[in-house]
Amino acid sequence: MIKKSYPLLLILLFIGTSVFGKRMYVGPKENYKSITSALEAAKNADSIFVLKGIYQEKNIIMDKSVALIGINYPILDGQGLYEILSIKAPNVTVSGFEIIRCGISSIRDMAAIKVYDTHHVKIINNHIKKAFFGIYLQYSKNCQIQNNVITAKGITEQESGNGIHCWNSSYLQIINNKISGHRDGIYFEFVTHSKIVKNHSFKNMRYGLHFMFSNNDTYEGNRFTENGAGVAVMFSNHVNMFHNYFEKSWGDAAYGILLKEIAEGKIMYNHFSSNTMGVYMEGATNIQMKHNLFEKNGWALKVQASCQNITIEENNFLANTFDVSTNGTLFLSNFQHNYWDKYDGYDLDKNHLGDIPYRPISLFSVILEKNPTTLIMFRSFIAVLLDKTEKNLPSLTPEQLKDEHPRMKPIKWI
Amino acid sequence: MYKIIKHIMADILRNKVILSYTLLLAIASFSIFALEDTSSKGILSMLNVLLMVVPLFSLIFSTIYIYNSSEFIELLLSQPIPRKTIWRSLYFGLSIAMSLAFFLGSGIWILVFQADYLGFMLLLIGLLLTLGFSSIAFLTALLAKDKAKGIGISIFSWLFFAIIYDGIILFLLFQFSDYPIEKLMIFISFLNPIDLARILLLMQLDVSALMGYTGAIFKDFFGTQMGIIISYLCLIMWILVPFKISENIFAKKDL
Amino acid sequence: MITLEHIDKKFGKFQALQDIQLTCKRGQCIALIGPNGSGKTTLIKTILQMVMPDKGNIIFKGEKVNNQWEYRSKIGFMPQMTRYPENMKIGELIEMMKDIRNMSTNLDEELINAFNLSSMFEKKMGTLSGGTKQKVGACLAFLFQPDLLILDEPTAGLDPLSSEKLLKKVAKEKAKGKTIIISSHILSDLDELVDDVIYMQDGKILFHTKIDELIFETSETKLTKIISRKMGSVHV
Repeated sequence: MIKKSYPLLLILLFIGTSVFGKRMYVGPKENYKSITSALEAAKNADSIFVLKGIYQEKNIIMDKSVALIGINYPILDGQGLYEILSIKAPNVTVSGFEIIRCGISSIRDMAAIKVYDTHHVKIINNHIKKAFFGIYLQYSKNCQIQNNVITAKGITEQESGNGIHCWNSSYLQIINNKISGHRDGIYFEFVTHSKIVKNHSFKNMRYGLHFMFSNNDTYEGNRFTENGAGVAVMFSNHVNMFHNYFEKSWGDAAYGILLKEIAEGKIMYNHFSSNTMGVYMEGATNIQMKHNLFEKNGWALKVQASCQNITIEENNFLANTFDVSTNGTLFLSNFQHNYWDKYDGYDLDKNHLGDIPYRPISLFSVILEKNPTTLIMFRSFIAVLLDKTEKNLPSLTPEQLKDEHPRMKPIKWI
Repeated sequence: MYKIIKHIMADILRNKVILSYTLLLAIASFSIFALEDTSSKGILSMLNVLLMVVPLFSLIFSTIYIYNSSEFIELLLSQPIPRKTIWRSLYFGLSIAMSLAFFLGSGIWILVFQADYLGFMLLLIGLLLTLGFSSIAFLTALLAKDKAKGIGISIFSWLFFAIIYDGIILFLLFQFSDYPIEKLMIFISFLNPIDLARILLLMQLDVSALMGYTGAIFKDFFGTQMGIIISYLCLIMWILVPFKISENIFAKKDL
Repeated sequence: MITLEHIDKKFGKFQALQDIQLTCKRGQCIALIGPNGSGKTTLIKTILQMVMPDKGNIIFKGEKVNNQWEYRSKIGFMPQMTRYPENMKIGELIEMMKDIRNMSTNLDEELINAFNLSSMFEKKMGTLSGGTKQKVGACLAFLFQPDLLILDEPTAGLDPLSSEKLLKKVAKEKAKGKTIIISSHILSDLDELVDDVIYMQDGKILFHTKIDELIFETSETKLTKIISRKMGSVHV
């Protein structure tokens, strides 16, 4: 009997304490002049309200389950030397702070807020500026990171950390944050069963979002703008990528999504606009790409010969310089019923599918692969002539790479 | 000069050939924009009109017009008008009439269907090419006394600028693929107004692809404010230089 | 009125004009005659600088006018067999010339009336016969009351009646004291008009004499006969 009601009791206890915990105030004219002193006096489930002011308290260690709430964005200043907030207890909430100048170290990963080995932590509505790492989670579960604005002005990849860095964690929710100027906007390593939703990650030096060895995660509704590359998914499986918007990943090795050694992924309802390369795949298997829109990219898709069983169906390809590119002549993936704006076939049986196949690889992109300088001749009459010839008599492009029955009109989904 | 331009334009605008050119451009441009599924595809077709049809027509029509007006030129020469004025009036009249034809034929549709920076650029480059190739025609028409020969020269110059030149460049690109010739390529493209126009439009249409590897080298030049200004100046040079040479020849020509 | 000094002109290797010296005084009427290809038209075009001389000076009213153009406002030129912009109507052409010359008053429209051109003002130049085009050319030459009239084969394409009208007009202008240069090989037309005769051959002036002297020399009154006689004496 007692054993059975034990969890219920725990819940009641939890509700009770949180409702009845006491309120403490920190500020120049309040009982507590510093956050550290308030924390010392606090018990679990207490709420500490911090009034406007600048607090330089070196490293604040939160080892009690309290809520630390800033009013009118008080400033926590790490003076460029310290890790500012270290959260080591479960059920901690941190919200409403402006956290600036966290320390930079090449030995330790110093962060503005670092969560150690705990669970149910909420980090909400904070402005983190000029941090090395913005928010850092390790060995943590069920944490929520929401509505934070994390900006940095990193100069080189070595001198800056990631905006939100998660390591060996699970069941995280990262929602509606704005991250810019870091190395990676959001970084996942050994993180599972987590969701990344509606974040805006822009102008980060390397990737907007970076997955390493992280399985069963979903990211959706995010916006990735002008990052070195939008999202890199590496050595992971069962990652769902839905409804994201990738734009202006411009540069030598810039991609909307970079997939490397991944399996069982789904890429759906994403919008790739004006990236040097929309999606780049290397060593990917069993990937389903459906209902994505590729527009104005340099290359919409680059599928290397090391990929297997990639299904690319019902996507729209509009105004891309090149639709598809590959490095080999063997191609083990399947294009089906996509809309290609460059297709000039016909539909005699009126089933909205073209009657002749579309070959999305142009000869010119193959030539370009061998001799990049020829780019300057692109769209010249000679180049068009070469492409037309190749379309009719494929010799340099993989023969089996084709969409047998492309759509005649762009596909509408929603 | 204004008076002579006025009369020449009035004459050309009644010419059936230029009317059909306007109509042809109008039909082509309208169908390109209205019937293609996406505007991007329309722009690419428009690009071909711009880079192929406009130079061809400008060259041949101008050449024929100059040969056909030889008597009119004589008539003007017997009047108290300086030679330069006659030649310039002829050029202005002709090029204004043709620009008008291009504007009414294609320009309006471009502005209707593509009212943005790119559309404006298409229009501007179309006009610059019209002016440039008329200017080249003014030069080629003075090179041969015989009309058939003159038209031959102008057709050849079109073939040269539109196709042969690019073919040679592509060939050289493969021959010298081991050398860093990107900078040289930028220079070489200045020697062909069609290439220059094409690259300027490429920078707008394919900016994402051009940001990749080698593209960056061209982007560093053609994509910068300075590069764009130089490119446009160079297109304008293609109007001024052939015309100036032709003017000097005309100043000494016996009629 | 007009003086040519040592004019040389080559078309390629062909010597079109060679050391031409010529003076034409005010009120004089000069006939420029000679076989086909003797350089008459080239000489006329040189005076107008439609052909640029390789060497020599053109002096008009005492001023050197090489590479100038203003002096042409004092010259009325009727070219030999002219084509005009085909889309233009006669009326428009005449209006255009008035417009270009910036003259709308003090015009001499006698010939326009004589040829009854006004009735054809709506006709396009492209549809006209050679003769009608000649008439248009003649009208334009006289229209602006020039001091010097240069007529290149004026009667070549005209019917006898129109020819007569034109020559009458020339005579009238001459009587007003205008200077006139006519090239022609229909010599009978020129009998009563001409003061001087210039005979050209192979780009050279073979002779330049007063018609009175010629009549005296050859004791003929008809120009045709004078010339054949004179030529005979030269050849002998």
